[in-house]
Amino acid sequence: MSNSDDLSVLMRAARNGDDEAYRQLLGRVAIWLRGVARRGLARAGRGIGDSEDIVQETLLAMHLKRDTWDEAQPLEPWLHAIARHKLVDHLRRRGFHDHLDIDDHAGTLAAPEAGEAGTAADTRQILSGLSERQRRIVEAISIEGHSARDVGSTLSMTEGAVRVTLHRALRALAVAYRKERP
Amino acid sequence: MKTDELVAALVADRAVPGRGFARGLPLALAAGGAVSLVVFFVELSIRKDFAAALATWRFDLKLVLVLLALVSAFGLCRALSRPVPPRHAGWWLLPLLGLATAAVAIELAAVPVEAWRSRLVGSNSLICLSAIPMLALAPLVAVLAALRSTAPASPLLAGAAAGFLAAALGAALYAFHCFDDSPLFVMTWYVLATLPMIALGALAGRRLLRW
Repeated sequence: MSNSDDLSVLMRAARNGDDEAYRQLLGRVAIWLRGVARRGLARAGRGIGDSEDIVQETLLAMHLKRDTWDEAQPLEPWLHAIARHKLVDHLRRRGFHDHLDIDDHAGTLAAPEAGEAGTAADTRQILSGLSERQRRIVEAISIEGHSARDVGSTLSMTEGAVRVTLHRALRALAVAYRKERP
Repeated sequence: MKTDELVAALVADRAVPGRGFARGLPLALAAGGAVSLVVFFVELSIRKDFAAALATWRFDLKLVLVLLALVSAFGLCRALSRPVPPRHAGWWLLPLLGLATAAVAIELAAVPVEAWRSRLVGSNSLICLSAIPMLALAPLVAVLAALRSTAPASPLLAGAAAGFLAAALGAALYAFHCFDDSPLFVMTWYVLATLPMIALGALAGRRLLRW
């Protein structure tokens, strides 16, 4: 795969604190995941309405489990494994137990996919499972686009405390996704 | 929340590695091992002829075997806690299998046939069967807790490796108590004591290590 090297490079830079590299990496992975999710859903005979949920759940898993990537290995097989795991898990929760092969040849990270269909229907509901403070911080940073420092001064918290709360919120989101049923 | 918005939150959380993966397993072993060490001194204690035993090759070989088991299990457990386990994760077990086979062969050659049975049965088999799982319990809990932050390709296998690792730690402690040093005893009863921990770890792993 032509760009697998620079994905590993981006992840390495991100690990060293380069936020811009991480944003780029997640953006590219999201586009690729969207294709994987849609093809996987189609192959399982499902509508693609859930695809954005799968994309988001997989991005969360990739983020929270990023330390399980061995820097000596290319990033892409690791991404594939997480995407496959999350797609299969998502379908299983919906009663689909057949074998599903997502390692198709079209699934390169370079392949451009159509944009996001819209806000995933139940993400709101999943956010509502967070504590009030967690939800406010997640919304301020993600939806309103504020920095952790700005959010801190608005809520009279230190930037560090905001980041700790954000991290807990993301972990809670991942758990909520895993428990979520249609 | 749109995906771009989620990405903004993930970036704000930063990609800088936590200490989780690198230190989690050693810390879990240290914590679980500390609990088991207390249990060891309350329930078992070091054998009285420890100094004399150190001078015998059978005791030394036993220590090397249990420590090698600990290292192998650690490597295996770490390998199996990744979404893409290294291709040859099972190779971690080869040195242990090699040394165990050699140890048994040497003992069979060194001891007359009539004595094989008494060496194998020893005097502590029942204590061994209960003490190793007992000493492995706290490490198993700690190791499973540490593995929850990982992403094992197979939660079942990772759990089994956790059970093996915990049992190896239990065996390493128990080896200082037991005065049955024959490789025939060790390769029979230590292994039999380890199997239920592997099974327990696999069962627990399948439930607890899903991600």
